Amino acid sequence: MTTYIIRRLLITIPLLIAISIITFALMQFAPGSPAVLDVDPNVPPEAREAQIEAMGLNEPLPVQYARWISGVVTGDFGNSYITKRPVSDMLLERLPNTLILMTAATILAIVIAIPIGIISAVRQYTKTDYAITLVSFAGVAVPNFWIGLMLIMFLSVQFGWFPVGGVQTLNADFDIMDRLHHLFLPALVLATADTAQLTRYTRTSMLEVKNQDYIRTARAKGFKESKVILKHGLRNALLPLITLIAIMLPTLIGGSVVVESVFSWPGLGDLFMTSVNQRDYPVIMIITMLTAVLVVIGNLIADILYAIVDPRIEYRED
Amino acid sequence: MGQETVIELKDVTTSFFSRKQELSVVDRVSFSVEKGETVAIVGESGSGKSMTSLSIMQLVPAPNGKVTNGEIIFNGEDLLKKSKKDMHKVRGNDISMIFQEPMSSLNPVYTIGEQLREQLMYHQPLSKREAHEKGIEMLEIVGFARAREMMREYPHRLSGGMRQRVMIAMALSNNPKLLIADEPTTALDVTVQAQILDLMRGLSKDYDSSIILITHDLGVVAELAQRVVVMYGGQVVEEAKIDEIFDKPLHPYTEGLLNSMPKLNEEQTRLQSIPGSVPTPDNFPKGCRFVTRCPYAMQVCTEEQPTLLEKETRHKVRCFLHEEGVGKDGDINRHSKQTQ
Repeated sequence: MTTYIIRRLLITIPLLIAISIITFALMQFAPGSPAVLDVDPNVPPEAREAQIEAMGLNEPLPVQYARWISGVVTGDFGNSYITKRPVSDMLLERLPNTLILMTAATILAIVIAIPIGIISAVRQYTKTDYAITLVSFAGVAVPNFWIGLMLIMFLSVQFGWFPVGGVQTLNADFDIMDRLHHLFLPALVLATADTAQLTRYTRTSMLEVKNQDYIRTARAKGFKESKVILKHGLRNALLPLITLIAIMLPTLIGGSVVVESVFSWPGLGDLFMTSVNQRDYPVIMIITMLTAVLVVIGNLIADILYAIVDPRIEYRED
Repeated sequence: MGQETVIELKDVTTSFFSRKQELSVVDRVSFSVEKGETVAIVGESGSGKSMTSLSIMQLVPAPNGKVTNGEIIFNGEDLLKKSKKDMHKVRGNDISMIFQEPMSSLNPVYTIGEQLREQLMYHQPLSKREAHEKGIEMLEIVGFARAREMMREYPHRLSGGMRQRVMIAMALSNNPKLLIADEPTTALDVTVQAQILDLMRGLSKDYDSSIILITHDLGVVAELAQRVVVMYGGQVVEEAKIDEIFDKPLHPYTEGLLNSMPKLNEEQTRLQSIPGSVPTPDNFPKGCRFVTRCPYAMQVCTEEQPTLLEKETRHKVRCFLHEEGVGKDGDINRHSKQTQ
């Protein structure tokens, strides 16, 4: 198992290099330049040239890439073009907020989707099932920024049940209830699409498991239907969902870009949005790489989880 | 043999409902099994034999399938009148079942031990340790040498024959009065089949338990059963003692089944077969359900349904060839109408 994990991690190195090259190249192809944005029209062209030169943007791309990547592997992520602060500092400020939001959204998605998906499967073709199906399709189809805006409009503005944004009440001391109060709406909105999707997958998976012979065996053993479904069905039905949840994790970063903007949540997504608008290459690159690393880690965790929960899967030590 | 009746089916009808119609896959089936007796239900795929066994267990796939009529008397009580809750106590305890597909009938994510223990503990007041010991004992009974280690194995590490032994161990663990074996050897190699049949024969003797054996393999029937119920199109078409079925089958379908068995002592270049296949419930003929494939079909067979009659002592048959008053020329000379 340990050998397997080490081998998997080694394989990811070339993968991450490839991703970094592609991201870097795409960045360069994008129109606009970081140097043109923060210019004062009164600055003479020579000064601008000097600025570009100083930022190293005139050098050949491979050289630029090499300099950037050698910094990254030694832990030096460079400085932001805009704020001139170290990118690592900016990340560390934002990362905890995003991690909290993502964790909350993932937990919400799992806690809501799996029971509902099971109910939907057990009551297949009943009104309950149709209603759940309808709502989950809506959840996938409706963009989350709109849901976010609607919730803010009704729950926050009209009824005043929730704050309109931010991580906590301004200038207040740390209070866990206040934090959770602020967290609820953004986490819910971020979780919407994944909850809907996960509900559908749980339903499908459970329906398939329900027709398996070992379920019939469990019934023939005399067990109550609840025990048949929850003990013999659920564990088997959850197996294929592990992959889905692992893939879900990194997509949450994508979702957080929108949700954090809507709820003024000072996280990575919000930072990413600002950076893209300002062509702040060093920041964009690092957040993109971070997402790639998350994808890799998510998949690795999924593979390890399979070995733990499914006795049929073993990783050979060779 | 045969004083105490373990289970008796009376006119059991099981139907599947669609929006348009009701299709009877088991049609007024009656037979009984006595203590220590093995009764085989024989028929091709689609003849309703598996549905008959699921009807006894009340595991007919809901919500479309339902036992609509009849009585299933077990232990002096009608199983069909029992509440859901009471049926949970019967299944896996008084009546247990083993299935055709040993490869997929065990849950892949639990150990053999867990699957044995859970059944024991569900029906008996045993501690986990007691259930564990009892489980080991059951595995030894079905012939596992390393029973203790076997308890820790997962199903995927076992061969088909071993899994079927585990299924048998599980099914017998609560000393059921009746064991329903639905094609227990069909999915297994021939040599393994023989082992499993030996095992079942031995166990039914040792425990004096009754078995309903569902199969399409008459070789298996000859090995194990004392009595045979032949089913076709959801109906019982013949019922007799084992030697009578083999020596003088009365129903043309039974005859066909016997003819399609390979014989060792005769030189045969081709195996005989019954032409065609069992009609689906929505395509049953109006008269005798076998009429489309019967070599002796007469006019009357296409018009009316024959009745199951006791032709000789404990030998019943459903065929106009054996009904009084029906001429071989196909005239209907009967006085009473016996259909419906």
